[in-house]
Amino acid sequence: MEVRAGSRLKSAVCNTEVIAVKAPGEDMDIRCGGVPMLDPSEAKTEGGTPSDDASDGTQMGKRYVDSDETIELLCTKPGDGSLGIGDALLAIKESKPLPASD
Amino acid sequence: MNLMMLLEMASSGFGDRVAIGSRDGSGMTYQDLYDQSGRASDYLRQQNVEHISFLAESSPALPVALFAAAWSGLPFVPLNYRLQGGELQSLAERITPTFTISDGAELQSLISDVDDVQTTAWHRFLNDTRKGAIPEPTWNMDPDEIAVLLFTSGTTGDPKAAVLRHSHLVSYILGSVEFMGADEDEATLVSVPPYHVAGIAAMCSSIYAGRRIVQLPFFDAYEWIDLVIKEEVTHAMVVPTMLSRIVEELEKNPSHKPDTLRAISYGGGKMPRPVIEKALNLFPATNFVNAYGLTETSSTISVLGPEDHRVAFESSDPEVRKRLASAGKPLPTLEVSIRDENGNEVEAGVSGEIWVRGEQVSGEYLGHGKRLTADGWFPTNDGGALDLDGYLFVEGRIDDIIIRGGENISPGEIEDTLLQHPNIRDAAAVGMPDTQWGEIIVALVIPSDTEAFSEDEIKKFVKEHLRSSRTPDKVIALDELPYNETGKLLRRVLKEGLISQGDSEE
Repeated sequence: MEVRAGSRLKSAVCNTEVIAVKAPGEDMDIRCGGVPMLDPSEAKTEGGTPSDDASDGTQMGKRYVDSDETIELLCTKPGDGSLGIGDALLAIKESKPLPASD
Repeated sequence: MNLMMLLEMASSGFGDRVAIGSRDGSGMTYQDLYDQSGRASDYLRQQNVEHISFLAESSPALPVALFAAAWSGLPFVPLNYRLQGGELQSLAERITPTFTISDGAELQSLISDVDDVQTTAWHRFLNDTRKGAIPEPTWNMDPDEIAVLLFTSGTTGDPKAAVLRHSHLVSYILGSVEFMGADEDEATLVSVPPYHVAGIAAMCSSIYAGRRIVQLPFFDAYEWIDLVIKEEVTHAMVVPTMLSRIVEELEKNPSHKPDTLRAISYGGGKMPRPVIEKALNLFPATNFVNAYGLTETSSTISVLGPEDHRVAFESSDPEVRKRLASAGKPLPTLEVSIRDENGNEVEAGVSGEIWVRGEQVSGEYLGHGKRLTADGWFPTNDGGALDLDGYLFVEGRIDDIIIRGGENISPGEIEDTLLQHPNIRDAAAVGMPDTQWGEIIVALVIPSDTEAFSEDEIKKFVKEHLRSSRTPDKVIALDELPYNETGKLLRRVLKEGLISQGDSEE
């Protein structure tokens, strides 16, 4: 699926939904729970579950990145699957919380 | 990307929390705010205009209009309700056709004569969008759509409209605010007006953090304190003049003092050191945060955090103590660099122009394009320096630099020195035309004790700290200094006052 900044994706096998905050605008094999993610308009896989090696789950409000930060996905709905590109899992983008300033 | 993402997440993550209003149950929840923004987006779309403008003080209509505009794909344009009729009309003409959400009849009449301006009162806007179907969440996700246009308070010429696109504001929030990072009992008091970038940023960051918004439309120190107590406010953002009045009010009336404040952030202008020191003493349990930012950078780019305040306040090392007057360290999500006139980076400790680069940086003005360098840096026109540990010292607008005998002198440096004098409460330094030097330095100070004020003694004090070429040629005692309502020192007013005074003397 071609993913650009602003694209919405949903998991085929759990409740996870994400928005691409940063994306190269190319075809990418973005997965959740080990299964390619869907456009929000597509139907979910009946009875599908995340594969064992991609089932740590997603957390709402966290941003997920690949190792060289070419893509950044914001989790807008949490679920049981883990996000990945191909077989490589994405990691939570660690950010230092800042004191409220406005 | 769209600002609505932030509100959608808030309503789905913690829809029952109160988003805005009183803790007595009369406020709007995040779900209410989402629903009403949806209905209002339909309402705004039906107006067939190109901009949604907001000519009103703070009220719950502000976040509804801001998010409804984002939902409907129309730029949101807050207008300064303190402007004169003519100024306001010329701004309105630049954004027609526009639909204006306004305070009462008086303000509406100011711009209703302009062609293609439709107006409605904010309470009617809220009433008309309270019931009805909520549209599908089909807002535009193109990150380059315009979210907000903010007219900057230009000191010369026509005000410029800074363009903030959805990508800028969303990047700023995602990079600096933790989703649902606020505890359920947290409330923030917003007393900056909607036409200030901090007023817009406050809506977005509070909603994403899940912190209840309490609004004070017209600042008054007593009212502010009263509202903090009544609403058990935990967070507040103030400009320096506000903090100064709050401190004075608390000194006058020490029993009427809030004890719920966990954090006070300040910014928008230079904070006189005696004010922040008194405030630290008055609120020993409160975290203080100094934020520096510009309209063109989607608000904050640098923060002096609570720990920095405490360390600087308690330190005996003058280098560390000095940091109380700094803007802290740049946000980790962006870069700050100090450049000389040729755009070359200068060493730590050397003053130059503050440049900034990052996803939240727009640096764009409507009709003038982006004022960014080829590699994405925005020259802020603010002077400043970074110290060896990376603390940013802001020295004021480059245009305000005084050129005396060919030497560039930052008024900020002189003002910082003046403020260290025990008898000076507030100070400003400006350059005045002079036949011998080009410009001379005139210091305008507010003494705590007028009787004890001595021009010679203050000159001597500055000379002991700075080079003699940076010692004011004149020191004048005043009762007050002119600030605008968002805490910016009006140097132009001071200069004009000095020039007309000079004319009448001659």
